Amino acid sequence: MLSSGETYQNPQDAMTALIHPDAPVDRIGAEAPFRAMKRVRSLSDRSIAWLFVTPTIALLLAINIFPLVWMIRLSFTSLNLSMSYLPLRFVGLDNYADILSDDDIWIRLQTTAQFVIATVALEVLVGFGLALLINRQFRSHSFWTTIILLPMMLSPAVVGNFWTLLFQPQIGPFNYVVGLFTGIAPSSFSMTGEVALAPWTIVLVDTWMWAPYVMLICLAGLRSIPDYIYEAAEVDRASPWRQFWSITLPMVMPFLMLAVLFRAIENFKMFDMVNLLTSGGPGSTTELISITLKRAAFEKWRTGYSSALAIILFVTVFGAANIYVKALNRVKQR
Amino acid sequence: MTAAARSTAHSIVEASPRVKAFAAAVVIFYALVTIAPMLWIVATAFKSQSDAIAYPPKVIFQPTLEGYVNLFTVRTRQTPDFIASLPPATTWYDKLVRKHDMVIAGPSKVMPRFINSLVIGFGSTFLAVLLGALAAYAFSRFRIPLADDLLFFILSTRMMPPVAVAIPIYLMYRQLNLTDTWTGMILLYTAVNVSLAVWLLKGFIDEIPREYEEAALVDGYTRLQALRKVVLPQAVTGIAATAIFCLIFSWNEYAFAVLLTSGDAQTMPPFIPFIIGEGGQDWPAVAAATTLFVIPIVLFTILLRRHLLRGITFGAVRK
Amino acid sequence: MRKSATGRWSKWAGGAFALLAGVVLTAFAGQPAAAQSKQLTLCWAAWDPANALVELGKDFTKESGIEMKYEFVPWTSYADRFLNELNSHGKLCDLIIGDSQWIGGAAENHWYIKLNDFFAKEHITMNDFVPATVLGYSEWPKNTPNYWALPAMADAVGWTYRKDWFSRPEIQAEFKKKYGRDLAPPKTYDELKEIAEFFQGREIDGKKVYGAYIFTERGSEGITMGVTNVLYNYGFEYDNPKKPYQMQGFVNSPDAVKGLEFYKALYKCCTAPGMTNAYMQEGLDAFKSGQVAMQMNWFAFFPGLYKDPNVGGDKIGFFVNPAGPKAHFTQLGGQGISVVATSDHQDDALRYIKWFAQPAVQQKWWEIGGYSALKAVVDAPGFPKSAPFAPQFLESMAIVKDFWAEPSYAQLLLDMQKRVHDYVVADKGTAQQALDLLVKDWTKVFKEQGKTAASE
Repeated sequence: MLSSGETYQNPQDAMTALIHPDAPVDRIGAEAPFRAMKRVRSLSDRSIAWLFVTPTIALLLAINIFPLVWMIRLSFTSLNLSMSYLPLRFVGLDNYADILSDDDIWIRLQTTAQFVIATVALEVLVGFGLALLINRQFRSHSFWTTIILLPMMLSPAVVGNFWTLLFQPQIGPFNYVVGLFTGIAPSSFSMTGEVALAPWTIVLVDTWMWAPYVMLICLAGLRSIPDYIYEAAEVDRASPWRQFWSITLPMVMPFLMLAVLFRAIENFKMFDMVNLLTSGGPGSTTELISITLKRAAFEKWRTGYSSALAIILFVTVFGAANIYVKALNRVKQR
Repeated sequence: MTAAARSTAHSIVEASPRVKAFAAAVVIFYALVTIAPMLWIVATAFKSQSDAIAYPPKVIFQPTLEGYVNLFTVRTRQTPDFIASLPPATTWYDKLVRKHDMVIAGPSKVMPRFINSLVIGFGSTFLAVLLGALAAYAFSRFRIPLADDLLFFILSTRMMPPVAVAIPIYLMYRQLNLTDTWTGMILLYTAVNVSLAVWLLKGFIDEIPREYEEAALVDGYTRLQALRKVVLPQAVTGIAATAIFCLIFSWNEYAFAVLLTSGDAQTMPPFIPFIIGEGGQDWPAVAAATTLFVIPIVLFTILLRRHLLRGITFGAVRK
Repeated sequence: MRKSATGRWSKWAGGAFALLAGVVLTAFAGQPAAAQSKQLTLCWAAWDPANALVELGKDFTKESGIEMKYEFVPWTSYADRFLNELNSHGKLCDLIIGDSQWIGGAAENHWYIKLNDFFAKEHITMNDFVPATVLGYSEWPKNTPNYWALPAMADAVGWTYRKDWFSRPEIQAEFKKKYGRDLAPPKTYDELKEIAEFFQGREIDGKKVYGAYIFTERGSEGITMGVTNVLYNYGFEYDNPKKPYQMQGFVNSPDAVKGLEFYKALYKCCTAPGMTNAYMQEGLDAFKSGQVAMQMNWFAFFPGLYKDPNVGGDKIGFFVNPAGPKAHFTQLGGQGISVVATSDHQDDALRYIKWFAQPAVQQKWWEIGGYSALKAVVDAPGFPKSAPFAPQFLESMAIVKDFWAEPSYAQLLLDMQKRVHDYVVADKGTAQQALDLLVKDWTKVFKEQGKTAASE
């Protein structure tokens, strides 16, 4: 069903095309009258265009690009803000070499990857499952959907903080509820404090927050499937199971991919919720790479080193973003 | 085809009552589980300090407004004799506090922080939507060289980890004396939000038929007049939805706020986790702050329900 | 078709936009002007002594007409927040009561103003203060007469215990039968562990109690401030006393390894479950709720604990950090008060310090819950009797030892937090490995700072 036949020179084009599938058509249709008018007002139009775009670009240059360039420069230095009286030394690629040869950093990246994979997998399972159920259009489904969507709109930091109360071994209701169902003594385990449990705790809270996100996108995918396809399948006497595998899943897949990649990028950057919930502990069990970066940059004040680490993360995210854009290419509006 | 076969034929489109009931049961169960932690927080806000840290956790308790009073005040512990020597308490909150041998010493820092959140949230939203609307209009209606590259660039700025972005911003703001100021935070949040605003608004403006503007231009309107009189009124819903998304981002943001503010411009998210009372974290007060902080978000979510999908996917999926 | 809806929306949005515009204008017009009257902001940690300082400060306002504002931050984010603030050259704080270990960085980076001239002018002499506090809170470089702070809050790690439990005849009898000696506040860590094991899991008044409470916090400084109390006394040294910055064989000496193993054993045998990330506040909660027999904590909290309606008074006792096989030290806490170099109100801030240094003010400071470092207060004949924990406090202040106070202190601390927490709480590797890695980490930090042991 992705037989649109269109190919794109680069991901950006593809992205624009798929995000605004009607835009090019629209633009072509409007081309003629606009060109006619251009003769009269071409100067003012062009200046308006630049006048409108420049402030945004200028702001982004000032707040994003200039600092980024500055940071690239810093990443080749030994700057430590807690010892800024030391002469600034250029150390070449030392910071990069340091990071890439540091076992701890690799372990942190591994922890982050595990977190990303576990959360995304769970969120897809739960989110897709919920979407399938909600798509049955039972009465009051819209009300319940809104309720389910609430967690993802909350501040992750505030969420992380209040889950620490819920997970308190003594006074928190979570352990108590677990105890009620399993008979395990409520205060005998600590969700945030034990090496074996803490990684699952952050996965659990993230899933609670973001499974609705996957659900919402899947729901859009499900609703985009035209009824007649199912009717045709029914004529062919395809079983519901078969219908799911050969119609529902492939048709929803592009949407699912979008959700997966969005969540993956977001969770790769994860800082606030986990920082408040476990602050990386116990030991370094849940120390995601953003927490490592925060400690290096804003507690140890190793600015040069952490700039290099930040750049490495940028490159990683941009790599992921590229895949993301390519995959977005496949999402078609219906 | 029999009637039974017919109903399965529409199994996806129109499910059988039994399937519907099952789906409803599972979804409602999940929704209840989802909302339970939030309800617990709302309830905790109405607990007394001792009920909040009771073991086992209390589901039934005597509601009190102590949490809210503690949130908004600073109190000092006094001897019972001293309290007896004071003139009788006149307000309900004075009475509540004195029951614990404390007197109210003044307002807490929560109001200034709340005001910071409002100013920074609304300020950055206003600027982001303003800049975003102009840029989106230009991208939508004019031929801009390298438009796609520019759009991609605008979006890509949103993909950097916030902690990484904060490193050079910290250095820059330190140089410009913008650390811990409203201006600094508004500029930063505007920069982050403007990418969302451009992408969302371009989608909304693309949907407005050009014929309206053309007609206006033919009627002798200038381009700017056409924009104001024709396009803007049509885009109002989109602008409002975009504004709410920007506001929610600024409202919820934590990483920049914790790294770049320390007091004067500190917003609520870095403040709430550190509301402490006499014995550690004052959970009823924290819960009260969380509740008050989250209420606007809940209202906005309901208000935004129709545009939610668009907002969270940068306009990639429309409904 | 949605004409009317659009009309409504646009009216609504118009109003909202006007409101927004107003807000933005206000924002850029500048934040509310600092104050009409004179005002100082003092930054410190949020804890009992800070509340006492607020009380004390009212006298200053009365005397000078300068209004005092306070910015108190919980301990777990105290260093984080204020080092960030100082580093950003912010103007939030005029006065800061900064932790002892910040002094190196604050001096080298000129975050604080140097107080020597001011002291000379106002006839304040450091000879009037307890030597350990001057060394710990004011001097940089250490042991030189360069002062960057006035000792404000003397503090050290001490222990509280449940005197009422210790004095119950049946408990005493049982203890004696089991260990062959009387149940009394421990003098050594081995004794402490025995007592902790004795109480661990015991039912007292129908409630299960635990043996000891120790620091295990990961995020800021908690577990380091706890473990050092044991390490020092087992023979751990930060570096070779004869060759500064040579740490191999001192930080990771066999004695130090034994000390670290002991701390883990104590954590495993005798603490309440779930205390995986606990610092001062968790300790207070545990002790106040009657869960633990002995609690490690800062002296700063002892006045409050003594006043506690449930566990204070006759029920609480205090003892000095027990000795180990090799030495007898305790971890130094406490802070000096400094003037922030970027403050616009330096003269008023100095005036506050001058006021604060007066003997009468210092005396009141001690009486309402602060810990004065002024000799005139603590050496007064009546001092040991003035509070039940005063003798232990004096004894402790004579045996204090501090963590690194180098400009790179934060790095050194975070490395130690990680290595120790990984071993003690997260069960990673052995004590020897943890300390070996710590030597590696620290050597690297000092190398970056340009400080290396001569032989390396």
